[in-house]
Amino acid sequence: MTEPVIRLAGLNKAFGALVVTDTVSLDVRPGEIHALIGPNGAGKTTLIHQIAGTLTPDSGTITIGGQDMTAASPQARSRAGLARTFQITSIIPSLSVEANVALAVQAHCAHPLSFFRTAATDDTLNGPARAALERVGLIERRSMRAGALSHGEKRALEIAMALALEPRAILFDEPMAGVSREESGRIVDLLASLKGRYAMLLVEHDMEAVFSLADRVSVLVYGRIIASGTADEVRTNPEVKTAYIGEDA
Amino acid sequence: MSGAPPPALSPRLNRLAPLVIFALLALAPLVAHALGAGHWVSLLTRVMILAIAALSLDLILGLGGMVSFGHAAFVGIGAYMAGILVHEGIGDLLVTVPVVLVCCAFYGAFTGAISLRTQGVAFIMITLAFGQMAYFFAQALYRYGGDDGLTLNARSTLAGFAVLNNKLVFFYIVLAVLVASFLLIRGLAGSRFGRALTGCRDNATRMASLGYDVLRIRLTAFVISGMIAGVAGILLANHTEFVSPAYIAWQRSGEFIFMVIIGGLGSLWGAIAGAAAFLLIEEGLSGVTEHWKAIFGPLIILFVLFTRGGIAGFVARLTNRNGGGHD
Repeated sequence: MTEPVIRLAGLNKAFGALVVTDTVSLDVRPGEIHALIGPNGAGKTTLIHQIAGTLTPDSGTITIGGQDMTAASPQARSRAGLARTFQITSIIPSLSVEANVALAVQAHCAHPLSFFRTAATDDTLNGPARAALERVGLIERRSMRAGALSHGEKRALEIAMALALEPRAILFDEPMAGVSREESGRIVDLLASLKGRYAMLLVEHDMEAVFSLADRVSVLVYGRIIASGTADEVRTNPEVKTAYIGEDA
Repeated sequence: MSGAPPPALSPRLNRLAPLVIFALLALAPLVAHALGAGHWVSLLTRVMILAIAALSLDLILGLGGMVSFGHAAFVGIGAYMAGILVHEGIGDLLVTVPVVLVCCAFYGAFTGAISLRTQGVAFIMITLAFGQMAYFFAQALYRYGGDDGLTLNARSTLAGFAVLNNKLVFFYIVLAVLVASFLLIRGLAGSRFGRALTGCRDNATRMASLGYDVLRIRLTAFVISGMIAGVAGILLANHTEFVSPAYIAWQRSGEFIFMVIIGGLGSLWGAIAGAAAFLLIEEGLSGVTEHWKAIFGPLIILFVLFTRGGIAGFVARLTNRNGGGHD
């Protein structure tokens, strides 16, 4: 049995009287896609924030790569091997596509803030950046200003930035949100190609995508995990049906 | 910033424009001499000194997105230290420059460490507050003139030689400092550090999630910017042979912001052009009427409204149309 890369144990978070995370325990093993689904307002994004370190849980522990990271900063978690994509695309619009990914490569190299190394012509940055762009199919767009990409391409760029960090685990916060059908198909293929390499936690509304990609699915309702298991187990779980998927499933 | 982004400056323009600016400045004293307009040398010296300060502000404002309303404090520290050291009889640049660099670095590290914890309007207000504190501190320096300021009885020397006393030598020393500051800041902008700074301007959350220490990056830029502005202050005190609290007033910080915006945010060479445009228009108008500010104000408003990307953006559009630019 391999050690999980991300492990959440008894996580709680409340904003005043509103409990958004209620004793959540969950883990993501190396190489698997663990999907987290749930209706709007179930607390998925708040949970992602706690894992990424932009929110601190009230109680419980978060372990990343065997280290206790419950109170660590986002930077420390990134250095421990955690990468993420954002629900609302988050790139550096004024830099080129290649520079965006190079910035991710640079973050974890020996002299990330050197005054003396010219960034634009540095092949130790651009080489890995191009490799990541190749993998997400954006290599031809590499000299474009990142802000000028289509929405789906920005999504792919975010994934390239995550890959360039050479992470152990990746959090995907609704990677298919707002993209066209065709582009979302490309992102599904891309995520499928990453299986086996990274521990991935996928928050997504697109049920078709979730059930085709995920090794395990957990269902979050009102901050609680009401079911967890393989795609088939979750799909047939009566509690899930009533609470979330509804009659049309 | 609203609306469409300003036009991108082509690499060719970014190479050529500074060369043209520096060549024109280098030839200016010869032209002025030939035309018998000797006072132009002094005016251009002042333009270049304030261009150094504007350039240093462009590092944090244009590249870093930090709207500091207290930049004049750094210039003031440089000017006051230069004046005080001359007053105390140790006014040699070999002493003055290191002292000013250290003072500005400490002042920048202290005020930056506090103000950079905030963003947006709060950051503007805190930098403004620190600037005003420096202003009132200077007013309280009774030994050095207090409110009335301090007149320098001599200029700083360089290794014992009074080289700054010669107008022309002073002009070219200032030009050399301007070129050096420009090359330094442009080198920083293109370095790994500069790219990370741009990243923090555009998307700090993203940079943190990539593992960058955003505060440290911004603070480093803030300190470097302040140290360069301090050097501009030394030159300013030696040029006017006078320092006063007015050098630190918030209006002065506002003028630096204007210069950078008129020139084109983040374009660096634009900041030099912006400082020149600001001071030359000011000089020209004040020669015409004593109510020149009534013309100057609306002029700036019109300029900011109708030129995206300032002078640099304007030149970029011109050269793209005429020179068949490729982007």
